[in-house]
This record gives sequence, structure tokens and C-alpha cells, in this order.
Amino acid sequence: MQPNTDVEQLIAKMAEDIQDKFLQSEQDEVLMIGIHTGGVWVAQRLHQLLKISQPLGALDISFYRDDFSRIGMNPQVKPSKLPVSVDNKHILLVDDILHTGRTIRAAMNELFDYGRPASIRLIVLGERSGRELPIQADVVGQHMSLGPHEHVKLNGPEQLSLTVTTTV
Amino acid sequence: MMRKNIQLDEQGRLKHLLTLEGLKRELLVEILDTAESFTSVTGQAVKKVPLLRGKTLVNLFFEASTRTLTTFELAAKRLSADVLKINVSTSATSKGESLLDMLRNLEAMHCDMFIVRHGESGAAHFIASHVAPHISVINAGDGRHAHPTQALLDMFTIRRHKGEFGPLTVAIVGDIMHSRVARSQIHALTTLGVDEVRVVGPKTLIPKAVETLGVHVYHDMEYGLEDADVVIMLRLQKERMQGALLPSEHEYYQRYGLTMDKLAAAKTDAIVMHPGPINRGVEIQSEVADSAQSVILEQVSNGVAVRMAVMSMVLGRPAEGGAA
Repeated sequence: MQPNTDVEQLIAKMAEDIQDKFLQSEQDEVLMIGIHTGGVWVAQRLHQLLKISQPLGALDISFYRDDFSRIGMNPQVKPSKLPVSVDNKHILLVDDILHTGRTIRAAMNELFDYGRPASIRLIVLGERSGRELPIQADVVGQHMSLGPHEHVKLNGPEQLSLTVTTTV
Repeated sequence: MMRKNIQLDEQGRLKHLLTLEGLKRELLVEILDTAESFTSVTGQAVKKVPLLRGKTLVNLFFEASTRTLTTFELAAKRLSADVLKINVSTSATSKGESLLDMLRNLEAMHCDMFIVRHGESGAAHFIASHVAPHISVINAGDGRHAHPTQALLDMFTIRRHKGEFGPLTVAIVGDIMHSRVARSQIHALTTLGVDEVRVVGPKTLIPKAVETLGVHVYHDMEYGLEDADVVIMLRLQKERMQGALLPSEHEYYQRYGLTMDKLAAAKTDAIVMHPGPINRGVEIQSEVADSAQSVILEQVSNGVAVRMAVMSMVLGRPAEGGAA
């Protein structure tokens, strides 16, 4: 299948959804955090559209991956930046594509090393088949049904677009 | 014919870190970038990441050390590795066990990394060439030869303050002759493209032909520090001095001790570095060591992040010959 090409439109719809579901009260306690790299691109747009008062956080989960001993150190690792404490915050965790769920597992482990959030909601631009862990998103831009040899990728950061490729 | 660099694996990734000599600029920059990411770990409530969970690291220190040993241990613990410390002076080698027998025993305990400090140049290299293939070795200082993680943390500190390496003038002052730190720093600075690297000290403490490493030699402190961006002081290695290389400590301080007066020759925003331990009043004035220009304690903090980077890079390589 081909994904929706208008990513900005998907993000605008996600913002409405987040507004309805999670931003009705306690705005100050809401902290949005994007996962490097694509998740940060999506989070920057959502953060701006929703006028969230707390600064945007960024998480690099390279140090929490479960495949470190298989694929080694990620040479493009970036520092995680959480500008305010996660303690008692309602976290809106943003990623580009939810696939196996392993990235989200790693991200949650990292977040708990920073403190004890009040809650964590998962927001993803795209959700595809292939989950390996019991992790589901609370807000989804687009649902995609892809085979095991199909891969979806978010391109950016200026112009965001989704592309699907097939490997043999 | 080029001799194979035993520090690198088949794919050119770091397997051991024994010396910075012969390592490419891209690799040094990758280590510094990775270290930058590890600095965020100290901001966590739980100052630990699970990268090296289940790995066992051995600190094999044949020579006294406090700072290096402690920061290696701390770095390993922040990566969730298990760390053993072998006090070699009281271990079986003093009961006549050979070094290689000791290594075989540690291998039999399924250790993954040896961090080695030794008074003899080449000791870490010797160990790296005799260990089982899955074990990585990091040189934490060998004789007069090399101290690569110290030089890397110094580069990290310089980059954080000065940004680009290219336009810098860096002066290394003191006992260059006996200093493994200076040797590693010179390799790192020239590899990273620093415009001018100077060594400053008395003739007796500067090795002959040091210019072949790409440095300029100064015997006068004022000229040596002129317009420098970075001043690196070395400890006067009293325990390594044999014979009359120096007239007296007092005279050394007069000529080469870093005082506020002498520092005035450098740029006004020059930073002052020292690998520690500092000898106040021997190579550096207390006022300088405690001044706003001194980044000596930052070097210590940065040492943890840099050692985390090196340890995770050497152990974080895909298993050779396919998936694990």
C-alpha cells in the first residue's frame, strides 16, 4: 500500500485528536517528548500546533536498545534532552512509526531513569503491523498494513514524507 | 607494507584502544560525539544506562592511580557493567605467577575487557596481542608510551570550550620527555587538525626529534604561551626522573611554573588544563589552578563520559562472522 503523502495534514489531524483526548486540563503538567530522529520532527510540529507551554524534550534511546550486543553502538547517537523533570508529568511520547514496539519499550525504560511520570501516552505518525511487544498507540496519524518485507520511513526534516520500500 | 593495526577489527571498528597513533580523524570525532551523548546520563535521576549489562570488566592496574582508576570504574558502572579491580602488587604475580597465566585465569572467569595500566611501555599492546579474541583491552597508561583516554578527554574538553580544532594554538608545557599524556595529546591534536601544537620546557625534558611529530619546540615560556588558546600543564614527574635533569624544583617553577603573570602571554580567553594530580607551587600556581580559566575539574568529569564512549564502542561491535 502507499501511505498518505500529505504528512502535514496527518499531523494537523493528530493535533486535534491530542487536544480532545489529553489537553482538556492540567496543561502545565503536560510534557511532550520526541524520539530521535523522526519522532522529534513530528513532535516539533505537534508542539507548535498545540502551543504546549513546557519546552519540547528529545530522547535518544540508543543506550537502551535491546539489540546493542547484536548491532553495536549507534554512531549517530545524540544526547537526550529533557529540559524539565519528568516527575509527576503527563508525558506525550511521540515517535514516527510504531512497528515492533521495541523502541517504545526502550524509551519508557529511559524515561523511568529520569524520574516517575504521572502517565505516558504514545503518539505516532504511522502505525504498522509487526508488533512484538504488547504496546499500542493512543493517537495514530495513519494505520498501515504492511508485509514483513515492506519498510516505511519518514523523510525530513524540512519537508516530511513517508515512503514504503520492499526488500527481498 | 603496512603493519595491521591490532586496535581495529576486520571492519575497521575499534576493538582495543592502545594508542591514538594511527587512528583516523573520523574515529576520534566519533568517540568525542559518542561521549557528548553520554554527558546526559549524569542528568538522569538514575545515573546509569543498561548498555553493558552482563559484561565483566577488569581493572588491571600494575601502577598506582586514583583518578584514572576511579573514573574507569565509574564509567563502567554507569554503563551497568560489573567491574573487578585487581590490585596487582598484592596478587599472584607477586607470588611468581606469570602475567600470561594470570590473563588465562581471568579469561576462564569469562571477563570481557581488561583496562590496563603498567609502568612499562608496550604492556597494554602485549596483553592485547595475547588475549582471547573476544576480549578488548584499553590502555590506561603504559610507561612513557601512551595514555589515549586521557588525551581523548582533553580533546573533548578543548572542543567543548573552543568548538573547532583547526584554528587553535595549543601549548603543552613541562616534562614532555617522560609524559605518555603529552605523546597521546600530540597525536590527537595533530590528527584533529590543530593549526599549531607547541611543546614548552627545558632542553633536558624535551625528547630529541620531537618536531617530527609536527610540533614546535620552545624553551622560553613567554614565547611558548604567546597567543595560545589552550595551555596544557604537565605534572613534574618526580618519580620518573633519574639523574640531574633539573637544577632544582625552585628554579623549574621560576622558569616553567604557570603563574598568572606568565599566563598573561596567552589569549585572554585561553583555558588552562592539567591531567592531574597537580603539584601546586611546582608546575602550577594555586591561583591559576583555581582561576576561572582553569578547566582541570571539568577534565575529570569529562573523563567519565569519554571512557563510557570508548568502552561501549569497543564492546558494542557486532559479533564477528555473522549475527550473535
